[in-house]
Amino acid sequence: MEKRVFFRSAWLPYLLVAPQLAITVIFFFWPAAQALWFAFLRQDAFGMRSEFAGLDNFRDLLADSNYLQSFQVTAVFSVLVAVGGLALALLLAVMADRVIKGALGYRTLLIWPYAVAPAIAGVLWGFMFAPSIGIVTYALKGFGIHFNWVLQSDQAMLLVVMASVWKQISYNFLFFLAGLQSIPKSLIEAAAIDGARPFRRFWTIVFPLLSPTTFFLLVVNIVYAFFDTFGVIDATTQGGPSGATQILVYKVYNDGVKAADLGGSSAQSAILMVIVIVLTVAQFRFVERRVNY
Amino acid sequence: MVERRPWLSVLTHLVLISGVLLVAFPLYITFVASTLTLEQVLQVPMRLLPGDQFWANYTQVLGAGSTRGSAAPVAPMLFNSLVMALVIAVGKIAISIISAFAIVYFRFPLRKFFFWMVFVTLMLPVEVRIIPTFKVVSDLGMLDTYAGLTLPLIASATATFLFRQFFLTVPDELLEAARMDGAGPMRFFFDVLLPLSATSIAALFVIQFIYGWNQYLWPLLITSDESMYTAVIGIKRMIVGGDALTEWNLVMATAMLALLPPALVVLLMQRWFVKGLVDTEK
Repeated sequence: MEKRVFFRSAWLPYLLVAPQLAITVIFFFWPAAQALWFAFLRQDAFGMRSEFAGLDNFRDLLADSNYLQSFQVTAVFSVLVAVGGLALALLLAVMADRVIKGALGYRTLLIWPYAVAPAIAGVLWGFMFAPSIGIVTYALKGFGIHFNWVLQSDQAMLLVVMASVWKQISYNFLFFLAGLQSIPKSLIEAAAIDGARPFRRFWTIVFPLLSPTTFFLLVVNIVYAFFDTFGVIDATTQGGPSGATQILVYKVYNDGVKAADLGGSSAQSAILMVIVIVLTVAQFRFVERRVNY
Repeated sequence: MVERRPWLSVLTHLVLISGVLLVAFPLYITFVASTLTLEQVLQVPMRLLPGDQFWANYTQVLGAGSTRGSAAPVAPMLFNSLVMALVIAVGKIAISIISAFAIVYFRFPLRKFFFWMVFVTLMLPVEVRIIPTFKVVSDLGMLDTYAGLTLPLIASATATFLFRQFFLTVPDELLEAARMDGAGPMRFFFDVLLPLSATSIAALFVIQFIYGWNQYLWPLLITSDESMYTAVIGIKRMIVGGDALTEWNLVMATAMLALLPPALVVLLMQRWFVKGLVDTEK
């Protein structure tokens, strides 16, 4: 779509896009290009010299069991966060959509976790489940469950998943609610007249009509689990115990910032970039389809 | 609702109320812990009713910080968070709206190219270029400065898209009328386009304020000076490791202080928040 009428000026449009472009080039393209370049370099132990190493960094990575474990952890983590978050939010949105009185009140009470920083979400959940003093840990002990995410891998994963889902639930809820409210009531009424009960109506009419929203949220949640949950993990498990919650982004940070392995970390960044590109393309392909839906 | 099913209505409210309680529970525990003494917090099980240490804990963290972790007061951190959130929100809106204006209302060589350049930044989140970006900022001498905290996060593809979409829906007649009256491009921008964009700007502001306030990885990397910590970083620095060593009552008071401003923005500007969230993802 283009404007029929427009202004003409030889210099003004360049001046207007200049700030955005300057920041994009200095802080996005230049560092990204460097990340790609570093991925092909190898530094000596003291970081004094570096030489071209071709694909060695990538070869090392793919042979590194820690890296492969991190891939697996990220896959499990993002599936759990996306599926858990979507299921809970869908349940709440379907219920909120039924409510006539007090709908706004419920919405208000459900959307505020969006404002909580992932790192703070991590601190809150880590505190509730703290192995020795946590209030929920104490309650679980009553059921004979010894919850210790500092030592147990599965429980560490569960903790970061819960904190991440909690933070994201408001976002999913709002989009599901908007999606539900855009479904024509006449369809549901017609099905009701045909004798379909609420449960049946949900699975045969509402859920299929909601699929564009669901797919969109799935991509958004996977992106969220990949990148934005860094704070949750850094504030709680820090990737532990023994790498059980070390997602890819956390490993890039750990290897690059803490272990100062420039080549290896950059090679991981390059692989992550490819993943982001795939996810972004998936998201936009979908947006185009939604317009025609 | 299509038909009356009393038992289903009861179930609906039950599910919603348990959802609300589940969502609110961590916040309640945080608030209670922030009003207790350290001994009370460390007692198992912790009491579930607020204590009387509210003023003591909050004035302690605001003015002095924790005594065992980082001993930096939280009041300046909140100020840093506020500066970061405001500069990022206002900066993003400002540079995005003028570049969207240029892309929609002008014809110039490289227009499409610029648009794609901005688009590609969507695919380069900070997390994938941590170290090189850190190097660039450090070479520019911007470590531990507000410029370093905010400038690298200020470019925004989503905001540019949002304004572009919006400008495309503005009727051409407005531009024709403005030109007839002799208005130049900037006059048209300030007198016609900017007032029309007010709701979009408000919606974006809410989203970007929260985005800026909640930044974690970036300030963690480039601030080493305690006086430049943001509130979110400050909390992390107070946790010294080990359940019994950390002053949880003070950590929780800081957490309350750090999550209150963005939560208030969401609740008080709920209408624009919902609009902003839905619009930026279009």
